[in-house]
Amino acid sequence: MPIQVLMPALSPTMEKGNLAKWLKKEGETIKSGDVIAEIETDKATMEVEATDEGTLGKILIPEGTADVAVNTPIATILADGESAADLAKAPAPAAKAAESAPPAAAKAEAPAPKAAPAPQAVAEPDPEVPAGTEMVTQTIREALRDAMAEEMRRDADVFVMGEEVAEYQGAYKVTQGLLQEFGAKRVIDTPITEHGFAGVGVGAAMTGLKPIVEFMTFNFAMQAIDQIINSAAKTLYMSGGQMGCSIVFRGPNGAAARVAAQHSQDYSAWYSNIPGLKVVAPFSAADYKGLLKAAIRDPNPVIFLENEVLYGHTGEVPKLDDFIVPIGKARIVRSGSHVTIISWSNGMTYALKAADELAKEGIEAEVIDLRTLRPMDTETIINSVKKTGRAVTVEEGWAQSGVGAEIAARIMENAFDYLDAPVARVSGKDVPMPYAANLEKLALPSAAEVVEAAKAVCYR
Amino acid sequence: MAAPKKAAAGAAQDKTDGASPPEFTREQELKALREMLLIRRFEEKAGQLYGMGAIGGFCHLYIGQEAVVVGMQMALKEGDQVITGYRDHGHMLATGMDANGVMAELTGRRGGYSKGKGGSMHMFSKEKHFYGGHGIVGAQVSLGTGLAFANHYRGNGNVSVTYFGDGAANQGQVYESFNMAELWKLPVIYVIENNRYAMGTAVSRASAQQDFSKRGVSFNIPGKQVDGMDVRAVKAAGEEAAAWCRAGKGPFILEMQTYRYRGHSMSDPAKYRTREEVEKVRHDQDPIEQVRNRLLAAKVSEADLKAIDAEVRDIVNASADFAQHDPEPDAAELWTDVYR
Repeated sequence: MPIQVLMPALSPTMEKGNLAKWLKKEGETIKSGDVIAEIETDKATMEVEATDEGTLGKILIPEGTADVAVNTPIATILADGESAADLAKAPAPAAKAAESAPPAAAKAEAPAPKAAPAPQAVAEPDPEVPAGTEMVTQTIREALRDAMAEEMRRDADVFVMGEEVAEYQGAYKVTQGLLQEFGAKRVIDTPITEHGFAGVGVGAAMTGLKPIVEFMTFNFAMQAIDQIINSAAKTLYMSGGQMGCSIVFRGPNGAAARVAAQHSQDYSAWYSNIPGLKVVAPFSAADYKGLLKAAIRDPNPVIFLENEVLYGHTGEVPKLDDFIVPIGKARIVRSGSHVTIISWSNGMTYALKAADELAKEGIEAEVIDLRTLRPMDTETIINSVKKTGRAVTVEEGWAQSGVGAEIAARIMENAFDYLDAPVARVSGKDVPMPYAANLEKLALPSAAEVVEAAKAVCYR
Repeated sequence: MAAPKKAAAGAAQDKTDGASPPEFTREQELKALREMLLIRRFEEKAGQLYGMGAIGGFCHLYIGQEAVVVGMQMALKEGDQVITGYRDHGHMLATGMDANGVMAELTGRRGGYSKGKGGSMHMFSKEKHFYGGHGIVGAQVSLGTGLAFANHYRGNGNVSVTYFGDGAANQGQVYESFNMAELWKLPVIYVIENNRYAMGTAVSRASAQQDFSKRGVSFNIPGKQVDGMDVRAVKAAGEEAAAWCRAGKGPFILEMQTYRYRGHSMSDPAKYRTREEVEKVRHDQDPIEQVRNRLLAAKVSEADLKAIDAEVRDIVNASADFAQHDPEPDAAELWTDVYR
């Protein structure tokens, strides 16, 4: 029976990709290991190697097709002795291309969005964006890159360093194109040496340079946490204000997909515990851009927590010469009067889905995207809770000593008399992140848990 | 007690060539004497104030090691940066920081370099290019490499002088820094102050490779062992290393063979070595006595040397007086300088 070649998954978070090019034609002989096609993801272009021998029977997905879902059959290979007549015997395709195979030329004219927009039921206009501003649709990955590029154009003291940021164009392609524009002096590949290069960055910042230090993930920054906390966060104070450190530590934080315990930790609570640091953890593409620009300009050390799951998500980013979102301001992204749901970063995914679900049951949730964890915008939280009388926090990190615990304490301190129910926390489960898909899903928060918590505080 | 056999061979042998270092001019000898005396008298006074309870916390004295910072400073140019660990009072005085400000920081007063918020281990001076004063053993090595990175980035021709001890030399980030410094040819002089004890642990008990000048071999960083008790040898080595760095050839390692007379900190009774060992170094190799004896041999009068003693004592006494009478920081200072 003919063998099906399936669209391969090239990274833990890849769901679809573009079939850029076929390197073999129908009827050509194929040996195991031959490169038969090129697949493009938003991160990279990868070659597809044949693992079977035979003849390329039929190309099922023509080149130039965008958004082909992982596991979609893209071709069939005929074994020795089989002919085109056997093609009919191939099993029916398990999945279909997301788009109906637009040819390459058409794609160039009307590019399909690279990924589904993040579930942002944004009801409230962004106060940072003037009315009537033209918006562009961008992935979060592109928004981050543009933020860095704009700041590097503006200030020669800004440079970016980290593992694979230059030649490789970023492990997650966030620094794509920066080496080409700014050169190797300002886009610096480091050895795999987190503790060392974090210290080098802090030392450079003490002289007034403004490093952007990329960690391939914040899990690896644990190797560097002494320099982040003892050197970056405390020097201004220890020097009586003489010497500080304008530096951004950025990279993906928290769970990605199926990368297990050592690659999935959420450090929101860890860094937000430290005076001297600012901690930012945005959700929308616009906030990613505006807050990263603010972080680079900030004279203090800023921990910029990104989320790998969100990198490919698209959103509307204001087309402004200099779009800055101030650090330390939360945003009400959906207004409601029955319960306040507070989250940040990817936690917003659950919060917003839950708000949709709750609305169907007549519960209007007010959803606050905290955006900055330190300094925390207590005022926005408190004002909302005074209105709703109920609050649910949502975080991917662990509950004990978590950011949700801090929010609950602040609500108790500032709005105790307004509460109609104890604050509820939805969080990652109190276990190391498991690998198995079902267990991983259970370990993370879900929209259903947020719905349940919101109903509980509403006594419904 | 198994006092290390190396004690006799000494804290201080120039193993590289054995030749005598270049002579100092009389002015250089007098300058070195004054600078080293200032550090010694300052540290003795700090020890006294600690005993009186005027200085709290940790206090690590530099007595015995004075020739290292003074000789190195004589090899530097304006703009070169200095960074070190927690045994930092000598480095600060050598860079020209004011004795009053340093002593007042030790006593936790508002006139201290960090307004009383840093203490003995955490002081800085942007003006004098002194980047601390770091309490985490080895952290200053990556930071100092970062200072050199900034010099390289700006192309300003300055050199970062990054001091650390034989103890810190075993920290992992030292080698991460060595690798990047050589890879990127950063202008940094790594000055390893080998005073033979990491707190209470002799080098022989902690270090597989006890020749610290070779610690950069696998990164192709040149290194040199220097008699850190002879200020002339230190200056000459410092000039060689600085020239190497300024020529764009990358980092250079100087192992300064030196000795600390006092305990690791004020609370260390130093039971891990014999009194005889300490006395022998003091008697045979004291960095200040070496200069004093050369000056006397060169017919500088006792009276001239006493005048220097008196001047230094005045500065130190004035700093102690200032540091005990300057007010404590205002309570409002608790909340300042967290962010800017």
